[in-house]
Order: sequence, then structure tokens, then C-alpha cells
Amino acid sequence: MNFHLRLWRQKSADTPGRFEGIEATNITPDCSFLEMLDIVNNRLITDGKEPIAFESDCREGICGTCSLVINGVPQGPGRGAACQVYMRKFKDGETIFVEPFRAGSFPILKDLVVNRSAYERIMRAGGFISEHTGGAPDASAILIPKPVADKAMDAAACIGCGACAAACPNSSAMLFVGAKVTHLNLLPQGQPEAKKRARAMVRAMDEEGFGNCSNYYACEAVCPASVSASVIAKLNRDYIKGEVSEAVGAID
Amino acid sequence: MILDAKIPAGPLEQKWTNFKNNAKLINPANKRKFNVIVVGSGLAGASAAATLAELGYQVDCFCFQDSARRAHSIAAQGGINAAKNYQNDGDSVWRLFYDTIKGGDFRAREANVYRLAEVSRNIIDECVSQGVPFAREYGGELTNRSFGGAQVSRTFYARGQTGQQLLLGAYSALSAQIGLGRVQMHEHTEMLDLVLVNGHAKGIVARNLITGEIKSHAADTVLLCTGGYGNVFYLSTNARGCNVTATWRAYKRGAAFANPCYTQIHPTCIPVAGDYQSKLTLMSESLRNDGRVWVPKKKGDNREPQDIPEEERDYYLERKYPSYGNLAPRDISSRSAKEACDSGRGVGPGGLGVYLDFSAAIQRLGRNTIEERYGNLFEMYENITGESAYERPMRIYPAIHYTMGGLWVDYNLMSNIPGLHVLGEANFSDHGANRLGASALMQGLADGYFVIPNTLGEYLSTQFGGPKITTDLPEFKKTEEEVRERVNKLLSVKGTVPVDTFHRELGLILWDKCGMARTEAGLKEAIAEIKALRERFWKEVCVPGVGAELNQSLERAGRVADFLEFGELMCLDALTREESCGGHFRVEHQTPDGEALRHDDTFASVFAWLYKGEGNEPELEREPLSYEAVHLATRSYK
Repeated sequence: MNFHLRLWRQKSADTPGRFEGIEATNITPDCSFLEMLDIVNNRLITDGKEPIAFESDCREGICGTCSLVINGVPQGPGRGAACQVYMRKFKDGETIFVEPFRAGSFPILKDLVVNRSAYERIMRAGGFISEHTGGAPDASAILIPKPVADKAMDAAACIGCGACAAACPNSSAMLFVGAKVTHLNLLPQGQPEAKKRARAMVRAMDEEGFGNCSNYYACEAVCPASVSASVIAKLNRDYIKGEVSEAVGAID
Repeated sequence: MILDAKIPAGPLEQKWTNFKNNAKLINPANKRKFNVIVVGSGLAGASAAATLAELGYQVDCFCFQDSARRAHSIAAQGGINAAKNYQNDGDSVWRLFYDTIKGGDFRAREANVYRLAEVSRNIIDECVSQGVPFAREYGGELTNRSFGGAQVSRTFYARGQTGQQLLLGAYSALSAQIGLGRVQMHEHTEMLDLVLVNGHAKGIVARNLITGEIKSHAADTVLLCTGGYGNVFYLSTNARGCNVTATWRAYKRGAAFANPCYTQIHPTCIPVAGDYQSKLTLMSESLRNDGRVWVPKKKGDNREPQDIPEEERDYYLERKYPSYGNLAPRDISSRSAKEACDSGRGVGPGGLGVYLDFSAAIQRLGRNTIEERYGNLFEMYENITGESAYERPMRIYPAIHYTMGGLWVDYNLMSNIPGLHVLGEANFSDHGANRLGASALMQGLADGYFVIPNTLGEYLSTQFGGPKITTDLPEFKKTEEEVRERVNKLLSVKGTVPVDTFHRELGLILWDKCGMARTEAGLKEAIAEIKALRERFWKEVCVPGVGAELNQSLERAGRVADFLEFGELMCLDALTREESCGGHFRVEHQTPDGEALRHDDTFASVFAWLYKGEGNEPELEREPLSYEAVHLATRSYK
């Protein structure tokens, strides 16, 4: 198969970028999208040109390193991360646009590589249960009903890639934050810090410049881990509880 | 040099307790004064960094990814073993210990493995209290499944994403400590060398992958938690970035590299489809709980699987190993798949595949149950191959997955270089010649949460009162200079061949000659071919761009250059170990029915290799393995 690629090239964070046309010829349909980019890159190197910078690691959809927008869709067509997109999904001769995630809080570092450290800082503000190693009771001491454990797992499946914020017209990170808050706040172990967690993570999210949710559901549509937008409702609920609790000086 | 494993005295069951009762402690006020470098942020690295910071040490943690959460532990699917016996099916610490020793084909250290089985129970407690959402029963209890090489159900799991959930637990704990200012996290930073001061590991030289800046970092001790070297084969289930550089650099500074030929080939991966492929995808071993492995009885039978009647199918694992059946250990299952394909009965393109069939399980349990257990794996399979495993059997073939070999460590997880500790897959200590499924996660977390916090004091307590180590010392400047030289050398070759081409060629040599079956002649050829390939690399490789920028070709070139040296050591180790054990199968040494044949009288020892300078043969040291509690037996799963 042959494709006309329109790739985003940008030398560094502070230089302007532009689309560059590159031909991807003789590609096997069983090739993954990233393997197609590998082939293109190796041909560029052989021709003495600079390859396209893009990040990937596990290439099985779980590490969350991919940060590509393919034809306007963060993480590309279909479920899963960009590494799970296969060329058989495209038409021979198609023009394919490839860009990095677009969100003010994810500055572009080079070509298709973005800086997602904003998510790290949100996690550090409250995306954990404070406990110290060695102090845990026996794992069977606290029963957790299966439906609760399952819901927590649905939310915990988030791979932290940032596609949600990249897809949102408000560049909102609320699917990411909601997923972590829902995962931990549903579980009995997460209760002691539930309100504080929601409050701290939302404040950190605001500080990073992410917008708020206005129910577009674009995040849910692109999420490679199929995290449901209902986690945002849970986040809002817990956040309001947290703010009210602090405002009235209640114990939380 | 004598490799002293420092195994505590006393009966096996008492060793760890005795050790802890007598271990050297560092008081809280002094812990603050010690700086610890942790390289890697997977299960071992993140758990060690978080736990040591909780204890009060000053921790610097490094990872080459853009976030600690992306370390390759994230991709582990099936589960984590623990001797909880929640199922009341006869499990115990002893049984987990014995299964692990036997699974490793009696080539692991007794005391280490027993400790691992002991702390396995604490790991589950710890993870649950961090909020790891393990699978549960309707009544709220934790549930288990069984894995290869065991006859009890002791594996805890979180769908097919157990590694992800365990890593996110450790990453959460790490994030909390970073937020509190107790850990300084260095993302996108790759260790390129180890710095020794007076023979002790006192720091690293690392390159910032965004700016290209090469910088030294000093500490009182260094922990390498940098994972395995499976990517030396190019095609493996490892992530693209997995590499041997950190441990290889430590080896070249004097650390002993133990058992490099012990590599694990996982029986259930999606087969190779073409030369464009960048990696192989694992289908979790847990699938063998419900899937049945078979090939047609007839050679070259190219009928559709559903058209082959029951009596013309060979369920070869069930036939050969009736008591373990489809849950035979990985090395044995992989070799059996190879045998079936070598005999011309393989299925799919090139005849390099066997069927993993779920039709009986779907009939017995219903499609919904199978979907609940393995839904994400079936989806992944369909995405890659375009086939639905609900409708036709999966095609699978073995692929490189894990490496049991690694840097030599003593009971305290310290290498022969004082101050250099090695945790998780990067060390050699617990899995012998073959690792059982769901034991990698167990070992990574055991080392980080429970072992190193107790053993680190043995070294640090000897380090009071010395001058403070800073990066101004000449040792740091010299190592930094050497790293810059190496980077410049890669950039100045200016050939025309991309790095990937050399990596792929190296992988083919190793898969062919140091893979599932190894021979003396093949290994000798491989060594010669690797030498020639390395020479070509340094003449023809093309690394575009400059050093002071984000340069992914340069990152890869450095890693592949190290793989090109390491691959040779791996073959030398395989050549020297003239026996078959676990994942190391020497064709010359097999029983009449084709099983691995060990030679305990000469080879019941760890092979630890020491670097002796460029162009010289490395020196072999042996650490004898003495078994006090178990009997060296021929492994049988029949």
C-alpha cells in the first residue's frame, strides 16, 4: 500500500512547526501505524535526512507513551492507543495527517513528542493513598464487593496518555483526574483522604491550565482504555464535597 | 575473587528472620544524610524509591521514559504469585519456594527463593492497601487463578492488566513521596555509566534525552532496577526502549554478570508475520487455564482448524505431561511447540505456529465468562491478526520474554562492587534457569518493598564519617568525559545504515543460534558473526543529528552498541555451560525423550563473568549452589 503522509515537523519547543509531505510507499497492510513510521524513518536516514521524532515504548497499548493525533483523532481511529492502529484500516493512496497532541498544557518538544509532565504534577498532588510499606493489614481483612472492585478497576485502567485533554475543546483533563479519583475514592482504603484527594487534584489541574468539562464527551470517545465519562460526575461530586467541607471547616 | 553470597546462618525457614533480627540499622536522623540513586522506575525501582524515601533516605530516581508510570512492568498481564492459601488448596510458603526452585531447574539460590516465597504474602497486603483493584468474588474476597508449573491457585490478578495495576500502585506511592519532596524524579534521563570512587559505586553519569545534556549525579549508594536484556533479540515481548546499557556499563566497571544465557522464551505469543515487525505481542499464560494447545497429527495438514476432527488433533502438552497438561512450565511448553513445528506439523504462515483453542472452554463456561476473563486479550489478538479467537483457535508461537540472568548479587542484593545494588529482573538471583509465570512481579516488588529496605543498612552502616561524595571529584569528571567521547564516536561514524538494521541482524543471529536450542557449533558461529557485525556497525552506522538535542537515533545507537557487545557474552556463557537446564537447552545434552539433561556434578553453580578489558576474554567465576533443604531432582511434570 502507498500513503501520502502530512507530518508535523517542529525543531524544538520554541520554533514554529509546519506540516511536511512525506510519501510512505510499499507498506504491508499488516504493518502497525508505528511500524510504518519506523520504515519511513529508516528510509529518511538512508537518504541522509533527519527522521521524525515520535515516542512509543510497549507497543501493546498499555504504557501510554504514544502521543499522536492521526487524521485529527488523538490516538487514531478505533479503540486503543496509536500503536494499536494497523495500516489495513486505511485506504490505499490515502492522505494521512499526523500531529502531536494539541493542548496548551502539553507543550511540543520536537515533531510529534510532547511534554506531559502536567499530569505528573496532578498525580503528586493527591493521586495516591497515603500508607507506608509494611503497615498493611491482611489483604482479606477488608471485603470489597465485586461490583465495587470492578468499577474501581474500570477507572484504574486509565493509561495516562493525555488523549482526553488533547481531544477536549476545553483541553480539560477531567477524564484523567476523574479516573484516578474514582478508582481510589470507590475503595474502602481510599476513604480517609477521599475529599482531600478530589480537592487537591482539581486544584492542581486548574493550576496547570487545563479547562473544565462541558460535556462534549470527546474524551470518552478517544480514550484508549475506554474510561467512561461518568468518572467526571463522580469527580465533581467528590470535589464539591471537598470544597464545602473545607469552606465550613468540617473534619475531612 | 571469591563471590561471597553472604547467606545467613541457620535453618532455611529461619534465615530471613535471623537476618532481620541482626541486621545493621541506620537511625532516622542518619537516614536523612544518605543519598540513594535508583535507576529505573518499574516495579523494583518505583517500590524501592518510594519505600526508601518513606524511611527517610534522600532519593533520586531516574527513568528514560517521560513518566515513571511507563516502565515496562506496566505490560505484565497475568498475575502475581503469593503463598496466601486463600483457596485452601494446600499452598504454603514451602510449596511456593519448592515450585520456584524446581521451576528454575535447580539453578537458583535456596535462601533467596525461600525469602521471596516468605515475603510474597506481605506484597499482596501492601498492594491492596494502596488500592490495587485485584479481582474479587461476589462476597468480596480476593480470587485466584492457576499458572504454569504449579498445582495450586495462588495467582492474584487484575483482569489481564496485573502489571499495570501493581505498577500504578508503586507509582502512586512514588508520586506521594515526590510530592513530599523526598524523591527527586528525573524523567527522560538515561544512565550511561556508573561512577566508582575508591572502588565503590558512588554515582552515575546520565544524559537528559530532551536537551542532550550529559551530567553526573553523586550518591552514597546506587540501585540498578533497570530490567532485563530480552531486546538483544530485537524481536521480543519487551518494550522498544528496554536495554542492557545500565547493567552492561556496570559490568564494564567491574560488576560480575551472572548466567547471561538464561533467557526465557514465552510459549504463547502472536507469531512473527513479517520483517517489518518491531515487536512481538504476548498472549498471557493465564490463557492456558482455559485454552488447549494442539497441532494436527498429520504433517502439512492445511485444513481449517474446525475441519480437523478431534481424533486427528495432537493435544501434545496434555499427552506428554498429563499431570500439568496445558499448564506445563514455560521452557517445556516452548520447546514442545518448537518440536511440533520442526516435525512439520506447525500451523499458519511458514508453519511456525500452534493452536490455542478455547472452543471447549466456551462450550463449558459460556462466551460471557471467557470474555470476562480474557476479553482484552482476545481483542488485542483480533486487532493484530484480524482473526477472532472466539470463532477459531488462536495461533501462537514462542518468543523471548524475560531474562533470568543479570548482575550477580549477594543475599543483600549488592553486587561485587561495594555500594552497587541490583533489584528485580536486572539481577540474577531468584529464578534460576527458568522463571515460573506470575513470579516476575512478585520478585520485583519483594526486592523493592521488603528486601532492600532491610538489607541496605549492611552497606550504608560502613559508610559513616567518610568525606561527602560530590560530582566535583575527578572520578566523575573522568567518567563524564568517557561518556561524551562514546556519544561523539557514535555521531562521527557517519555511515549510511540505520541502527535498526544492525539490531535486527543481531536478533536473527541470536534467535537462530542462542534461542530455543543451542549447539556448540552454532554458538561458535554466532560469536564470530556478532564480532563481524560489531565491526560493521562502527564503520557503517548512520546516526543523524547532534548530541545536544532530542535525538532518538542516538539513544538507540548507544543501546544497540551495548547489545552488540553483550550478545557475545551471552553466547560465550551458553557455550561454556555444557548441560541443559530450564531455558538453556543444549542439543548435545538431552534425555532420550528430548528433555533437558542437567549435569549437577559440574554445573550446579552460578557462572559470573568479569570484564577483563577490551579484546580480552572475560574471566569466569563460579558460585557453587549448595542445596540444604531440597533434593536435586530431575524435573518432571509428567
